[in-house]
Amino acid sequence: MNSPVIEIVGVKKIYDLGETEVRALNGVDLQIVENDYMAIMGPSGSGKSTMMNLLGCLDTPSEGKYLFAGEDVAEMTDDELADIRNRRIGFVFQSFNLLAKATTLRNVELPLVYAGLHPDTRRERAKEALVKVGLSDRMTHRPNELSGGQRQRVAIARALVNKPSILLADEPTGNLDSKTGEEIMALFDQLHQLGNTIILVTHEDDIAMHAKRCVRLRDGIVESDKKI
Amino acid sequence: MKQLGYEIVESIAIAIEQVYEHRMRSLLTALGVMIGIIAVTLMGSAIRGIDVGFTSNLSILGMNTFYLEKWPWKDVGDNWIQYRNRPPIPASYSEKLNNSILSTENSSLIIAVPMVKNRRKISKDDRNIQGVEIIGTNADYPLVDNAEIELGRFLSEVEVLRGRNVVVLGHEVAASLFPEDLEESIGAYVNIQDIKYKVTGVYKKQGSVLGIGNFDKNVLMPLPSMRKFFVSKRYHSATIKIQKKEEASFEDATDEITGAVRLIRGLKPGQKDNFSINQSTAVAEEIAPVKRGIAIAGFGITGLALFVGAIGIMNITFVSVQERTKEIGTRRAIGARKRAILIQFLMEANMICLIGGIIGVFISFLIKLVLQRFIPEFPLIMSGQLILVAMLVSVLTGIGSGIAPAWKASRLDPAEALRHE
Repeated sequence: MNSPVIEIVGVKKIYDLGETEVRALNGVDLQIVENDYMAIMGPSGSGKSTMMNLLGCLDTPSEGKYLFAGEDVAEMTDDELADIRNRRIGFVFQSFNLLAKATTLRNVELPLVYAGLHPDTRRERAKEALVKVGLSDRMTHRPNELSGGQRQRVAIARALVNKPSILLADEPTGNLDSKTGEEIMALFDQLHQLGNTIILVTHEDDIAMHAKRCVRLRDGIVESDKKI
Repeated sequence: MKQLGYEIVESIAIAIEQVYEHRMRSLLTALGVMIGIIAVTLMGSAIRGIDVGFTSNLSILGMNTFYLEKWPWKDVGDNWIQYRNRPPIPASYSEKLNNSILSTENSSLIIAVPMVKNRRKISKDDRNIQGVEIIGTNADYPLVDNAEIELGRFLSEVEVLRGRNVVVLGHEVAASLFPEDLEESIGAYVNIQDIKYKVTGVYKKQGSVLGIGNFDKNVLMPLPSMRKFFVSKRYHSATIKIQKKEEASFEDATDEITGAVRLIRGLKPGQKDNFSINQSTAVAEEIAPVKRGIAIAGFGITGLALFVGAIGIMNITFVSVQERTKEIGTRRAIGARKRAILIQFLMEANMICLIGGIIGVFISFLIKLVLQRFIPEFPLIMSGQLILVAMLVSVLTGIGSGIAPAWKASRLDPAEALRHE
């Protein structure tokens, strides 16, 4: 058994909306080990997005423990969280979230800017990441000159560029047609085989089938956690 | 530290991109700053110009020269009647003063020279020049004046004694009467009130600044020749120009002149002086309120324009933060610290201000060129220091106007910002 990258124990996330409070997560336990390939599923309102934000260190739990590589996220400062997101987590979004005016290369380099790397190193590493996703011939293109699938590949390259501990993909095929979606999933499969830890958040069974493990959420708790 | 450096470089790149992408919007927003910078630059140039022009004026007036006159140079206000009732200063005081200088041991003064002035038209054939200051004086005049002769010579002792009809022309007068060749003027005759005067010399150009007397528009002639034709002996008050010794103090010189004139006038102790001893420094005091006025007006316009400009920039930066909330979320998600977002939007506001500042300085420079072309006397001097100050002011405006929106952007919740469409 690999060592756990992420360990979640009794995590609750409660939003206080004045008179009522919303328990988006109501006591979740979860362990994610290195080279896991996990899908998080659930209907809307199940706490999927909250889970995603917590896992991505964009938010901290109201109760419970979230250990990222053994460190308690709840006790981190905002800057430390930013550094964790920068170095340990690679985000892939449904709508790609690329900078529209920047070239492929600059988009992929961006996390390295915030990591404080020298421009030459940034360029080199961004090129490497683009080779991995099969876009070495699109370095100087801008997002609007690329197809949807290519844009998502750029986003994946950006997620990979800082060699993160986990890749966190939120509906990565949601804005793509099914054929392109399959291509992107094939890329995730390949990245998993290369040793990356991948977490997919999705509501599509076809997409979840690519993963090796499927966690279903309902009403803020883990309904099931199965190997596929 | 290195990270901060890269963040700043990144933010500059983004700022340039954003300003370029929203060219029109940025330019319009920069307008307020532009106007502010134009105001501050022109104000600074004018004040500096007045200062420099002033110093050169003072040297024309003579640093060691006193002017004994009926009227003081300062503004007399409501007391004018008291000055009007003073007895005139006759030209003959110069001789009496010179006698006094000769009989005073260790006198602070060198010499006194009379000047009687009158404005006239002067002509040569079909050319003429209006409002020329005709000055009647004697052959000692060059001793109390710094101006140099360009062509010919000054009035001679004999010409003055005999009251010959000869003149020395100021440069502008000579240039307008003898436009083809200044040399033609020497020995030629010019007309003043139908009387012919022979030109013996022409002065070098002295320049005129601030309109404190245009010394190039003077004509000098022997005092007796002037007396014969123009000036009523009885009512006209002369100016006695007195040169002090270089090493003598102003106080001693003033005291000596005051004492001598009081004696000539027979004033009793306790009686007030009924004459004025004017000095070039008096003009410096006169000019101070002008400079202050320009500064107050300039600062007012600058402050107002920069304030309005800053609010415009603040507004547009808030809009920019709103428009790019998702981008802020994305940047935060991939590891940008709050600081990086803060710098990014501060830099954006600053870029607009800096562009406004640069265009403002450029426009001021053009205004200066145009003004100097059409109104050459208008004193404007633009220094590198002033441009630096203008740039500093724009940067400060940028920081002032960008801080609130940039702060807001940096405090956005990353998860919420990401959801923003």
